[in-house]
Amino acid sequence: MTMRPLINRSPLPGMGLSAGITLTMLSLVVLLPIGALLLKGATAGLPALWTEVNTPRIWGSLALSFRLSLIAALINLVFGLLLAWVLVRYRFPGRKLLDAAVDLPFALPTAVAGIALTALYAPNGAFGAIAKSFGVKIAYTQWGILLALIFVGLPFVTRTVQPVVEEIEREVEEASATLGASRFYTLRRVVLPMLAPAAMTGFALSLARAVGEYGSVIFIAGNIPLKTEIAPLLIVIKLEEFNYTGATAIGIAMLLISFAMLLVINALQVLSRRRIGYV
Amino acid sequence: MSDTHLRFRPVATEPAPVRAALILTSVAFLAVLLFAPLIVVFVEALRDGAIAAVASLANPEAASAIRLTLIVAALAVPLNAVFGISAAWFITKYDFRGKALLITMIDLPFSVSPVVAGLCLVLTFGANTALGGWLVGHGYPVVFALPSIVLASMFVTFPFVARELIPVMIEQGRAEEEAALTLGASGWRIFFTVTLPNIRWALLYGVLLCNARAMGEFGAVAVVSGKIRGQTATMPITIEMLYNEYLSVAAFSLAAVLALLALVTLTLKTLLEWRFADQLAASHHR
Repeated sequence: MTMRPLINRSPLPGMGLSAGITLTMLSLVVLLPIGALLLKGATAGLPALWTEVNTPRIWGSLALSFRLSLIAALINLVFGLLLAWVLVRYRFPGRKLLDAAVDLPFALPTAVAGIALTALYAPNGAFGAIAKSFGVKIAYTQWGILLALIFVGLPFVTRTVQPVVEEIEREVEEASATLGASRFYTLRRVVLPMLAPAAMTGFALSLARAVGEYGSVIFIAGNIPLKTEIAPLLIVIKLEEFNYTGATAIGIAMLLISFAMLLVINALQVLSRRRIGYV
Repeated sequence: MSDTHLRFRPVATEPAPVRAALILTSVAFLAVLLFAPLIVVFVEALRDGAIAAVASLANPEAASAIRLTLIVAALAVPLNAVFGISAAWFITKYDFRGKALLITMIDLPFSVSPVVAGLCLVLTFGANTALGGWLVGHGYPVVFALPSIVLASMFVTFPFVARELIPVMIEQGRAEEEAALTLGASGWRIFFTVTLPNIRWALLYGVLLCNARAMGEFGAVAVVSGKIRGQTATMPITIEMLYNEYLSVAAFSLAAVLALLALVTLTLKTLLEWRFADQLAASHHR
């Protein structure tokens, strides 16, 4: 058996130039900085990093960030599937407007979203006042953080699932119906498994985005230690205190946990593909 | 016998009441979560009238923030476009080992928190690091200055153009470029007369998204910029400062400018999806 060659000669010119620009910029903008974070962690040493991370305030913020991000991603999974289905399969006035609007969280700067959501859901805001009359406080509580995280993660599942819904052949659903399956049974046993891998990808992207989110959350969160303080905010606080080791420790912890989550979800995706095949 | 029994009832859709309920749920969800905050930005900006809103944009702090944001975008977006084109050319025109790893590396910024990205840049170029100290010693401060803001904006938007171009260029294959080569065209000629016309709409699409994100980036810039008024405060950073000083109209007026930019971006993006769907990555087909 021969090894695949490192590079297959191609007659097209520009390989050296394009490879050079790609690798140089990738190294300078992404790899060198991430390497600097890991190097800083390595020189500080595991015990020092552990001492920095191992405080109730930091564990509290990490747990809060991941718990709320998970809930937000699950809510986005459900509504993302619903939106993808409605936007592809149904015809109604305003459909194209809704379809275009789904991408708003990608285009609207997070700081703008943050102050807008706060203005809306603060006790004196339009929706906040309604909630207040029911005795519920949204802004400056964990509900507010959850709301901001749902906002930033909203487009992911819809946008990954939509193309798959378009590809589904109606004959499959008709076959299921002719064999006596109810509509709900067809959706659950025929359609949903086809959407699952794309939905999981969207879920993972939504989760990764929510875990790292800062701009839209800090305005609405209230930022009370142990209650509404998210992990990225603690990095900013540590940096303002010139505690670089502390900031590095939280940064590395966040990197590791989000990579671990992506790995788990990728594994789930591979499993579901093995069971139902590629769609 | 009434003819309702004979009417065709499609089996591959849900009953009408279910459809109506699902549509209403979707509309309500988006109205509360997307449309309401968007409207609030403009309502709050115009609270004291249009004149007060425009006047707040003309004050030196806001004006300098707008200028800085434009400069940052004018540097970060073209640089990322050059990167995106190079990466897409390299990845789609040649076969080499480690291609999947390279694509993963390019996608890396999507799974890194912007705040962590900012932290990484501070640890690389900060005045108390080896590289940063050397640069400051030679009169080129990076952190708390323009270069770090550009680098931070580039980090968070790094994959946008490449991700848009790679699927399109894979779909188009290499035959046209190879044909041009056999006809004796030079590398640059092939790129400008064969490749670029094929990818221009996808490139514009990627640049649009890259620009919107670069102008609106908050977390990464907040960490590296030092938030120096009139010097390193971009529009999103200035919005935060004004908001924290309870200057609501000024904060929301600046926010309204960015919201308008977002609306223009979405409109252009949607037009591209309708008009040039066949020349964009397949996932954007509508």
